[in-house]
Amino acid sequence: MDLVLILTLQGVVAIATILLFSIGLAIIFGMMRVINLAHGEFMMIGAYGAVKSHEAGLNLWVAMLVVAPLVAALFGLVVERVLIRHLYGRLIDTLLATWGLSLFTVGVVTMIFGNTTSGVPTPLGTLRIGDYGLGQYNLVIVGVTLLVLALVALVLKRTSAGVLARATMQNPEMIAALGYNPRRIYAATFAIGSGLAGLAGGLLAPLTGVIPAMGVAFVAKAFITVISGGAAVILGTGTAAAIYGVISQSVTYVSTSVIGEASLFLAAIILLRLLPNGFAGRFFKGGV
Amino acid sequence: MTDTNTTTKARGSTGLSRRRFTSLLLASGVSAPAILRASGARATDSVKMAALLDLSGGLDIYGRPMLMAMEMAVEEINATGGLNGKPLELITYDTQSNMQLYAQYAQQAALQDQVDLVHGGITSSSREVIRPILNRYNTLYLYSTQYEGGVCDRNTFCTGTTPAMTSKSPIPYTIDMWGPKFYSIGADYNAPRIMSDWSRTFGEQAGGEQVANDFFPLNVTEFGALITKIQQARPDFVCSALIGAAHLGFYRQWAAAGMLSEIPIFSFTFGSGNEHMMLPPEESEGIITPCSYFQEIDSALNRDWVSRYHARYGDDAPYQNNVSIGGYEGTWLWATAVRNAGTAEREAVIEAMEAGTSWTGPGGTLTMNAANHHSSRDIFFGRCTGGAWEPFHTWENQQPSDTDGRCDLIANPGQNVQFGAE
Amino acid sequence: MPQTFAPRHAGTLATSVLILGAAVVLPQTLGLFTLLQLTVYAVMAILALSLSITWGLGGVLCFGQAAFFGLGGYTYAVAVTNFGESTLPILLAVLVQALVALCLGWFMFMGRLSDLYVGVVTLCTSLILFNFANSTSDPWYRIGSAALNGFNGMPAIRGINIPFLPGALLSPVQSFVLTMLALLAVYLLCKTIAGSSWGRVVAATRQNPLRAELMGYDTARVKLGIFVIGSAVAGFAGCLFVNWNGFVSPDVFGLSMSAQIMIWMIVGGRETFVGPIVGAFALQALVSRLGVGSEINANVVLGGLLMIFVVLVPRGILPTVRDGLLSLGRKWGPGKTREVN
Repeated sequence: MDLVLILTLQGVVAIATILLFSIGLAIIFGMMRVINLAHGEFMMIGAYGAVKSHEAGLNLWVAMLVVAPLVAALFGLVVERVLIRHLYGRLIDTLLATWGLSLFTVGVVTMIFGNTTSGVPTPLGTLRIGDYGLGQYNLVIVGVTLLVLALVALVLKRTSAGVLARATMQNPEMIAALGYNPRRIYAATFAIGSGLAGLAGGLLAPLTGVIPAMGVAFVAKAFITVISGGAAVILGTGTAAAIYGVISQSVTYVSTSVIGEASLFLAAIILLRLLPNGFAGRFFKGGV
Repeated sequence: MTDTNTTTKARGSTGLSRRRFTSLLLASGVSAPAILRASGARATDSVKMAALLDLSGGLDIYGRPMLMAMEMAVEEINATGGLNGKPLELITYDTQSNMQLYAQYAQQAALQDQVDLVHGGITSSSREVIRPILNRYNTLYLYSTQYEGGVCDRNTFCTGTTPAMTSKSPIPYTIDMWGPKFYSIGADYNAPRIMSDWSRTFGEQAGGEQVANDFFPLNVTEFGALITKIQQARPDFVCSALIGAAHLGFYRQWAAAGMLSEIPIFSFTFGSGNEHMMLPPEESEGIITPCSYFQEIDSALNRDWVSRYHARYGDDAPYQNNVSIGGYEGTWLWATAVRNAGTAEREAVIEAMEAGTSWTGPGGTLTMNAANHHSSRDIFFGRCTGGAWEPFHTWENQQPSDTDGRCDLIANPGQNVQFGAE
Repeated sequence: MPQTFAPRHAGTLATSVLILGAAVVLPQTLGLFTLLQLTVYAVMAILALSLSITWGLGGVLCFGQAAFFGLGGYTYAVAVTNFGESTLPILLAVLVQALVALCLGWFMFMGRLSDLYVGVVTLCTSLILFNFANSTSDPWYRIGSAALNGFNGMPAIRGINIPFLPGALLSPVQSFVLTMLALLAVYLLCKTIAGSSWGRVVAATRQNPLRAELMGYDTARVKLGIFVIGSAVAGFAGCLFVNWNGFVSPDVFGLSMSAQIMIWMIVGGRETFVGPIVGAFALQALVSRLGVGSEINANVVLGGLLMIFVVLVPRGILPTVRDGLLSLGRKWGPGKTREVN
């Protein structure tokens, strides 16, 4: 019984983690059609923001929840201005340019901070379930993920800014004709996506090693999740994260971690074949 | 576009190529003697050592401090008269964590720069790329990081620790201390697998039992399922050979699950990537590692070395661990052999090394074993305390006995294999 | 859209003569080390051409070209270790990849996956192979006498020998000549395909699939065909790579390998066949130059360069230079304006 409970909890944590590091990409790729291969580096910048500001004496929670997304969002604004702005509508070029950005950022961060960074401690204690233990911090991640999802859904669906953003992605000329500046809306959306990636990096900083190349471990999984999800940022990505989280976690428990990872990618290929437009195209048409 | 026209043009060009093709096949025969030109006379004004290290990309965490250690050795050697009257020149190649570049630079070092020694390679994979190339072009090779052991090759010398040194005594010691049941985990490649095999062999000899061994790809960051499995198995200790930054996740999630105080961790690899500095102290408290060097070793030689290191590279210079200090130790051991031989010429240096070249540095004395070209050395058992290492036990002069009875390069110089665990 | 890949007799001839000349003259003039470097650059140029076929000509967005390159390498390595002779293994490296591409392509194109999803499926395929190859360090994973050896890779693989003469291994210089000849052959293959009537259907499918479909062409089949050819060439490149290196490890399946191929194409110019060759040679030379005795982080330079190219020179060096020259010619030449074709 304890075992079932702890495994379920771990499944939930795994799903939340996938969702957390995919949501920023879901906005940048899902909405804006920018293939951001530097997604992992936005996370890395968030993580460094959290670690460095905590080292400088800032409260850990402020560092993770405020500084990390802010730093990444600022970086996103600069990147949008300098690089991405020239590439809207050129899908493959965004891939190549952000690949370059990824190499560049990793190199520059290594030059600035070196590659050994002391991590921030994992806050909170342990949740005991019979013989088993689970970090309470994991539950914080689940909570924050849910909160972020709710916020994003709320903004996109209920506020005029969100509706405007979604409309811009579909028809920028029309939005321009209505008197708005689509460039600003693009920039803002990109910054928000970057900020969410930074938030993920900040929140994961206490759980993983923070080094310049840390992004690599996340970027492929985030992409597969987002693409399987399709155009609906929340529902699509959410469903995909749930399916992949459950598959990789249960297969890893039953067999080995290698087969767990492989089964995730295999599931992705099969899903894409069955649902060429992602979950959104099939089940959540027009949803968020 | 007028189709017929261009199509015939294309056909024409293939026809042309066929004629060229045959003439080319002939040319390939003619050009074969060019290989003879490669063996030119070596430059004589300086002795050259090539450093093949990852100074950028994912593995630079090992490569950068190792290069610093090498630079220090080279400076010291030159300050003490160089090598037989000639200065030692260090040529660095940044292999950028890319196996193809290891091959390219090994070729460049051997053929173009005609160095006297290639020193470097961090992962076993890179070593196995370099080794055949340097064998082919007769350039001496020194590999100075800890690894899974077993290389038996006359052209190659290894100065890092092998499992015979880090398992043979430390595993029984740990079983005495904590109990017989251990759960092995490691990164999914040869070195951790071979380490796990050796720990089972030596563990069983000491009456212990390896209850499981699980291996994880290097990019895995999520260890929830593993932690649950370990909690189910309830071993007396965990025997870890996890490697790299992604695997730091295990130690973090382990501590977060409150396990650090319940099931202790013995690790072959903790600290090699400066894990003890990247984790907050409370998450690494009490982890023990047997290895060849800690900056905290309490000897006069080492205290002096550490202060010179910081004087050279500043107070915030990276921590020198058992992997990176290999750059210093290896360079000095080879230089000692060159001085003994009176020349940097390959054959003479191999013979000098095989005569049992010995050198004492901050980590104790290294002595080359003639039969298997590995050096014996001291092993320190360290405990992580407050984010620093506290050596609590020392085994002196541990032999690289991994391949005893299997590798004998004196009796059989043509041997060129890598042996696994027994 | 500028007309691309049209066979231009003079250009093709010049390029062929240049490659051929290099294969004949360089072994007489250059040292062994330079030849070894040029060999691996030429192998990568063949790899770049393979993506030129699949993506440049066929418009099939393949993010996982490394999958076929790597599988080609592994196929050769396993086969040559078992057979002790290289003729059949080379053929296998090509044929197996054609077969794998046929299966994967069938699954993708007959399923009418959109371009982007084709990209994702190929990317996933290469990642699965990467993970799988990395997880074969257990000695249990062996094919015949060849242990796959996981992350460490398979060391000390036999090189190519003169067909059916296992004793006559090619010397490094002969390997160089062979590789250059292979490059020439693949280049001419590209040109031939582009100039053939089927090649025109391929180009039409790339530029406007709907129109091609309406004209009665089975676009799925066309894409499948070009995908199979491109993948087979990538497999061939993989086999030549292992011949050069004597070593193959899971790195060949890596994301950076796939991306690298695209980078060569972009920098050189993806609308031409010479562009990717130039890009491969130039960037490889740059990367190896950056690593020797310098304090600059090679990744920073490479990344910066890539961003600059995508934004400022999106068509790549070759087409930009060519068009620049042509427009200069139009401007200054005495009425000798020539159609860009």
